[in-house]
Amino acid sequence: MKLIAKSEQCSGCGACRLVCSLTNFNQVNPAMAALSIHGRFPAPGVYEIGLCDQCGVCAEVCPVEAIEEENGVYLVDADACIGCGECVEACPHGVMFEHAQLDAPIKCTMCKACAEVCPRDALVLKEA
Amino acid sequence: MLNGYAGTILRIDLTNEKIEKQPLPAELAENFIGGRGFVAKTLFDELPAGADPLGPENLFIAASGPLSGQFMPASGKTHFGCKSPATGGYGDSNLGGHFGPALKYAGYDMMILTGRAAVPSMIVIEDEKVTLEPAGDLWGMGSLSAETRLKAEMGEDFQILTIGPAGENGIAFACITHDFGRQAGRVGIGSVLGSKNIKAVAVKGTGSIPVNDPKALLEEGKRAYRDVRAKPGFTGWTPEGTAGITDWVTRVGALPTKNFQTSYWDRHAKINGAAILRELKITDKGCYCCPTPCGKYGKAKTGLGEVYVEGPEFETISLLGSNCLIDEISEIAYANYVCDELGLDTISAGVVCSWAIECYEKGLLDREAIGKDVQFGDLASVVHLLECIARREGVGDLLAGGVKSAAQKLGQGSEAFAIHVKGLEWSGYECRNAPGMMLAYMTSDIGAHHARAWVLGHDLAGSSGSVHDLISSEGEAEPLPKSEVVGRAANVIASQHLRPLFDLLGICRLQFMELGFEVEHYERLYEVVTGRRMSWEEMLSVSEKVWQLTRSISAREIPGFGRSWDYPPERLMGEPVPDGPNQGHCITRKEVDILLDEYYAMRGWDANGIPKAETLRQFGLEEIAAGMDNWACHRAA
Repeated sequence: MKLIAKSEQCSGCGACRLVCSLTNFNQVNPAMAALSIHGRFPAPGVYEIGLCDQCGVCAEVCPVEAIEEENGVYLVDADACIGCGECVEACPHGVMFEHAQLDAPIKCTMCKACAEVCPRDALVLKEA
Repeated sequence: MLNGYAGTILRIDLTNEKIEKQPLPAELAENFIGGRGFVAKTLFDELPAGADPLGPENLFIAASGPLSGQFMPASGKTHFGCKSPATGGYGDSNLGGHFGPALKYAGYDMMILTGRAAVPSMIVIEDEKVTLEPAGDLWGMGSLSAETRLKAEMGEDFQILTIGPAGENGIAFACITHDFGRQAGRVGIGSVLGSKNIKAVAVKGTGSIPVNDPKALLEEGKRAYRDVRAKPGFTGWTPEGTAGITDWVTRVGALPTKNFQTSYWDRHAKINGAAILRELKITDKGCYCCPTPCGKYGKAKTGLGEVYVEGPEFETISLLGSNCLIDEISEIAYANYVCDELGLDTISAGVVCSWAIECYEKGLLDREAIGKDVQFGDLASVVHLLECIARREGVGDLLAGGVKSAAQKLGQGSEAFAIHVKGLEWSGYECRNAPGMMLAYMTSDIGAHHARAWVLGHDLAGSSGSVHDLISSEGEAEPLPKSEVVGRAANVIASQHLRPLFDLLGICRLQFMELGFEVEHYERLYEVVTGRRMSWEEMLSVSEKVWQLTRSISAREIPGFGRSWDYPPERLMGEPVPDGPNQGHCITRKEVDILLDEYYAMRGWDANGIPKAETLRQFGLEEIAAGMDNWACHRAA
């Protein structure tokens, strides 16, 4: 299963980011989301979704091997993470995030909650 | 810790540059819920009686509600309050977008500004860090231009409010702009911010809002999104948004046309929702967590230029479009953009421009006074007037106080067609055969605005269903019978409790009003968020209490306030509709009094429309009842 972003469908509501934080951290806090929405306003007037495609660059650069692949999904082991920020820096899509209240970076876990909730079908699941 | 709330009130005394953080009192949350309730209670308690709306003693309040920023449909509303520059009484206005949720994530349920900054400034809130920063280089800039610059400088994570030149210059219908096209449009709230020397407020929040049961919220929130999607209006109403009602409003003869001279226009198909999709739209633009985005962001090409703009929404189509006889959707969108950049409310601006053009046609204002020959249907005329108004140049100085003030100054019978109640210009529904809606406008607490009660479907189609039901119905414009005047108050009062309840909760009402989304969702969501069980009926009773409070604020503040302040202008009170489905119909002065008599009695107000002491006590507003002998309403105007 692969998560696909269709930015042209996005209306920028951010429900995906909120459900992401609620699902993964039990918090009502979009700053803890593992995806981004960029509004390009006033021109050209479009939204761009930033989404993890499980490319694995984060795991490659992690100096302590705290990011491991399981069934095609790269997951951060918060206990092993030393918080160096290398992965955040290296992420080619800019979708690994740091938060002051969290020791380890925030990364997409493929929980699929965003696709379940997106009212615009701008985030959809596709067979890999 | 109060679940559902950020827990802190942010107070900024601009004169003394003093920033204070106060715990949100639990009793305020319990007794007034949030948003509009917080605004009304704070204004009553803290506004010095008799304050000048544009003086440092006025308050500027921004408040979210317990459901703002929560995981549920359309949780993005922020309510603003002040003593109204438009009416001199209670004033509030709200906007969608993302500001209120960001303020909550930063840790604040409400921000209260008092005093006046020594120099043009902006407020920057980044979680616990709150600063007042000089903003002289932004002063004079358009609202959209200022937001563009601040986003570029500060980063896109900041949610920003700006005012335009109109707010800086104290125009009675200056708005606040946010997110490139969302406005708190009404009552001149933008001028209150401007009077405090505040050009912008920027907020970035990275904290969490405490909720009682996060797991239950996740499930209830998901269920709410699923259920919204299942509504026929999800795919039927959303594509055109509020503009989708244009054809129906025209068909039932309620479209303000040519400064409310009539209520039907055969060009409506050129300026409706379909025209927006055909000619303007680039993207749907949603407020926070909204599954049914009514915002249509697009590009308008006209002879005057090419602009990016959000809208026009129905109200703008109605007031800057049909009411000014502009029959090209791109031209309405252009005028919308000009209003947004200047920081003018499109509703009031449309009414003021149409009044000025009618004055020109009647020879009451000449070319020299206006600075140009103006005419209905001409975009350049409207743009000229808007620019004069925002900068108080030429005729703009006359028009800057709104249509009531302009007509009082000009006289010569122009008051008869100055379309307002209490000094707030009338929004997008003509009511000469819609007595319930007429009563709703007459008694709306901020002046002639539709957001407080909307009963047009009941009046003209006998429907109590959703807006999507109305606009899906078939039919042609045909003559309608004269509507009965008696028996309208109960329905209006129910609507006046229902619609503003969403403003207390801090969420958008459109999923409920337009699509028929069930209120049971909100009861459940309120409970999982706050941990308190409150039935919808109990919440409605809080909304009713707030209604008594807002009327009391206007009675306290406005000399001579009472029944005479609830009358519509003469044009809408005795002048029959000249054509269209409601041709020949009007509501007479006598009928207006019947409407008010019934309404006041049901509200527990005296014959002059002032709340009785026993009514206020019934709602637990003893402290308000205690001071009512000193209210300004008892003094001559």
